[in-house]
Amino acid sequence: MTAFGDLVDAVIIGAGVVGCAMARRFSLEGASVVVLERAPDILSGASKANSAILHTGFDAPPGSTELQCMQSGYDEYMQIRESFNLPILETGAMVAAWDDSEEGRLPELLDQALLNGVADARLLGRAEVLAREPALGTHVRAALLVPREIIIDPWSAPLAYAMQAKALGARFQFNARLLSARFDGDLWHLETPTGTLTARSVINSAGIQGDSVERMLLGEAQFEIRPRKGQFVVFDKAAARHLRTILLPVPTARTKGVVLTRTIFGNLLVGPTAEEQEERERPDVTRPELDMLIAKAVELVPALAQAQVTAVYAGLRPASEEKHYRVHCLPEKGYFCAGGIRSTGLTAALGIARHVHGLWAQSRTVGGERSAAPPTFLLPNLAEHLPRDWQTPGHDGIVCHCEMVTGREIEAALGSPLPPGDFGGLRRRTRCAMGRCQGFNCLARLASLTEGRLSVPIAPEVDP
Amino acid sequence: MSAETYDVAIVGGGPAGLSAAIELKRRGVAKVALFERGTEVGGIPRHCGHPPFGMREFGRILTGKAYARRLAGAAVAAGVTILAKYTVVHTGPDGLLTVASPAGIQAIQAARILIATGARETTRAQLLVPGVRPLGVMNTAALQAFVYQEGRIPFRRPVIVGSELVSLSAILTCRSHGILPVAMVETEHEVQARPAFFALPRVLGVPVLAGAQVLAIEGSPRVTSVRLRLADGKETVLDCDGLIFSGRFVPEAALAEASALALDLGTGGPVIDEHGRSSDPSIFAAGNMVHPIETAGHCWDEGRRVARVIAAELANGRDAEPDKTLGRRIIAGARLKYVVPQRLTLEGRGTVPALNIRAIGAAHGRLILSDGSGTVLRTQSVNTAPQKPIRFSLAGLNLAVDSSDLQLRLEPRP
Ligand SMILES: Cc1cc2nc3c(=O)[nH]c(=O)nc-3n(C[C@H](O)[C@H](O)[C@H](O)COP(=O)(O)OP(=O)(O)OC[C@H]3O[C@@H](n4cnc5c(N)ncnc54)[C@H](O)[C@@H]3O)c2cc1C
Ligand SMILES: Cc1cc2nc3c(=O)[nH]c(=O)nc-3n(C[C@H](O)[C@H](O)[C@H](O)COP(=O)(O)OP(=O)(O)OC[C@H]3O[C@@H](n4cnc5c(N)ncnc54)[C@H](O)[C@@H]3O)c2cc1C
Repeated sequence: MTAFGDLVDAVIIGAGVVGCAMARRFSLEGASVVVLERAPDILSGASKANSAILHTGFDAPPGSTELQCMQSGYDEYMQIRESFNLPILETGAMVAAWDDSEEGRLPELLDQALLNGVADARLLGRAEVLAREPALGTHVRAALLVPREIIIDPWSAPLAYAMQAKALGARFQFNARLLSARFDGDLWHLETPTGTLTARSVINSAGIQGDSVERMLLGEAQFEIRPRKGQFVVFDKAAARHLRTILLPVPTARTKGVVLTRTIFGNLLVGPTAEEQEERERPDVTRPELDMLIAKAVELVPALAQAQVTAVYAGLRPASEEKHYRVHCLPEKGYFCAGGIRSTGLTAALGIARHVHGLWAQSRTVGGERSAAPPTFLLPNLAEHLPRDWQTPGHDGIVCHCEMVTGREIEAALGSPLPPGDFGGLRRRTRCAMGRCQGFNCLARLASLTEGRLSVPIAPEVDP
Repeated sequence: MSAETYDVAIVGGGPAGLSAAIELKRRGVAKVALFERGTEVGGIPRHCGHPPFGMREFGRILTGKAYARRLAGAAVAAGVTILAKYTVVHTGPDGLLTVASPAGIQAIQAARILIATGARETTRAQLLVPGVRPLGVMNTAALQAFVYQEGRIPFRRPVIVGSELVSLSAILTCRSHGILPVAMVETEHEVQARPAFFALPRVLGVPVLAGAQVLAIEGSPRVTSVRLRLADGKETVLDCDGLIFSGRFVPEAALAEASALALDLGTGGPVIDEHGRSSDPSIFAAGNMVHPIETAGHCWDEGRRVARVIAAELANGRDAEPDKTLGRRIIAGARLKYVVPQRLTLEGRGTVPALNIRAIGAAHGRLILSDGSGTVLRTQSVNTAPQKPIRFSLAGLNLAVDSSDLQLRLEPRP
């Protein structure tokens, strides 16, 4: 273990799901690690705004690094999840065909799934589809069923990775944007607003800024980030009864398309859009696209015409000019990059971390000791279908009524080894203010409960 | 789990729930429990540091806070069992409730249930307002909780979106805490509150921008500006550090929904008859959850009226069968947002003094109530600003006992 300021084995740039998984893997393998994150908390980029599906890789490019990382990531998630109390919602997914041409494409999708080792995928006829999902629009034609596509908690999982890394000695530096870097032929000297770091190697997992970080480190970048925005509409919990299975469209070359799915928190989600844009730092929602998503949801499940909206959000996929992951390295400079992790990074993160660590380990002779009995701990469950804190006596009352978040949970999050840096981080750790009233009832109370404990306070001033 | 037993279980300790509880005790109902999920009873008025509350109830004008304290005190004095930090998570059928509290989950058995869970304002998300999602965006009630309950100033220069009466609360709350609203934006072309009230923003120097659309909220981590399209089509950017989304109330109907009560698309709350009875004969509803939104005094009065019905029904003891009469539906026609109650049994007990109606926008013309065969039963002329409650008197109306639907329509003045 290394104190901050000393020489570390690896500095990881970016604490998205990929950076968190990377920190865990490197720490497990005995490396000393510092994570630099420019935002006040983990998961402040693409990783805060995804569809939360753990994919099997049934439709990934056969033989690709992406497929390999997704599948090893999926398997590792399933292996470790119980030791962290990470939930799954076993929904399965259906790629639904709504016209002749889509129906015609299902057999080739099935072939691809089988080729990718997803052996339990199978075709369903119209009657089977409607028997499984009676609320679907009756114009559905057929579907490819992929039973092992599931829903996870997209924030607790990476939080668990980061917390395990931290318990193993990894340091997380927040509000610590990488400003400049110099390689002296042996070591990296990295400049951040909070000080200088010296490291044997640098891992670039800077997501939407992956190319600019690479350019900063190497003088040029071998890839270019092309942000692709995805907007979502979250429907009220009452809507979730209309659908059990994840509903995927027949994919096009460009995108996986608009998905309709439950969330692990008990809502129903429709999205994402796929909008190319130059802007990297402004994931805004726009009216025509939100209207389109709602119309799409109603087209797929007509009963959603009555559904209330709970939340809307957008995420920017760190896509690049090519479809595949941009994983590469320059071992002689101790540079490793997990870039362009566009739309499957939640699933693949643990696999990507293993893969990059493998590249890193190959290039080195020295190394720390592999952790024999890595520390684990149980994360608070936020999944709607599993027991929540409010159901256990002894909490001091419910603070957020829509999501049933107790004062005890808020306090536990604020006092945890990796506490939230901002309100978004608290929301992701507890679900507070994420429900239908969006803070009508609890926002002011939360401002007081978090007083002095977030680097960005909810309310800037106390009444003089 | 052995269920604790009450004569009446009331869900929600706002003006409606409190007044019902007090009235039930006054009428001799022995065991009345009031479940309130917040830390104290009082409902929304608890964080309204401003008047006017209490005229109807106490004959004087109070701030919301003082009013809530008085009502809560009266409930305690009347012998109501007040259970704060108790969230009712499920109700019915047959008077069974599931409640959650710091003591865990409990089953409660009551002869009758009254749901009075209130209403909340529509959020920025529900309005599908474009832009990014910074800190500093909230509803009026949240602002009030910030300044009156938590002693915090969430922003200094907010833009207020909406122009219903509650937006005036927002202005007053701001002004009394050194917060200077930059503008009031109303997406409709006419302001929604009664025009006379709108002297107020003007007097206070808050420009009212009617017919403007919010094109984008900007800023990170806090709001820095809002981009608008004005009524004349021009775009403008207002610098601000917060946004208050005011009004457009929706019922807090989660419980009613979870309990599978029939809901009305017009109000978003449960369908009730003139006694406040829902589609489950042992469950009643009152207050803003049945009509978003009326004043506290109106909700208080309604709680009292429903309590009388319940007390009369239980006069012969807890085992008294609830009345299962369904009543005739009232179908609200075009240009009408809702009519409450949605069903009429007209059996004489605690009859509704008037139908409570909201039009979509302003209403000028005649309201016509007719029966299934088209026979006009009653008409009343209307001339009201948008959002203004319309009361349609039913006094003395004789209705045949018949199951056909009644029709209520607005005939605009030519
Ligand atoms: C709309 C949408 C839907 C998706 N759905 C799914 C899904 O269902 N299943 C799935 O598996 N995947 C899904 N994904 C993909 C997944 O979310 C991404 O692949 C993943 O989040 C990428 O993680 P990351 O760590 O590479 O990037 P990010 O999460 O963006 O993390 C990069 C981090 O680097 C930081 N950073 C940048 N520059 C610097 C600097 N100079 N110094 C310090 N820090 C810096 C950023 O602040 C950020 O926190 C979806 C993505 C989107 C956008
Ligand atoms: C910002 C603002 C300003 C206002 N200003 C005025 C004014 O000046 N004058 C005026 O007359 N009126 C005013 N009003 C309106 C007034 O507050 C309401 O008419 C009144 O509070 C409605 O009473 P209620 O009992 O129906 O609901 P509420 O007061 O909303 O009370 C409902 C209660 O139910 C509780 N509850 C909800 N669900 C559950 C559950 N599942 N389990 C347990 N408890 C639950 C809630 O916590 C709440 O305490 C204002 C409203 C707002 C929002």
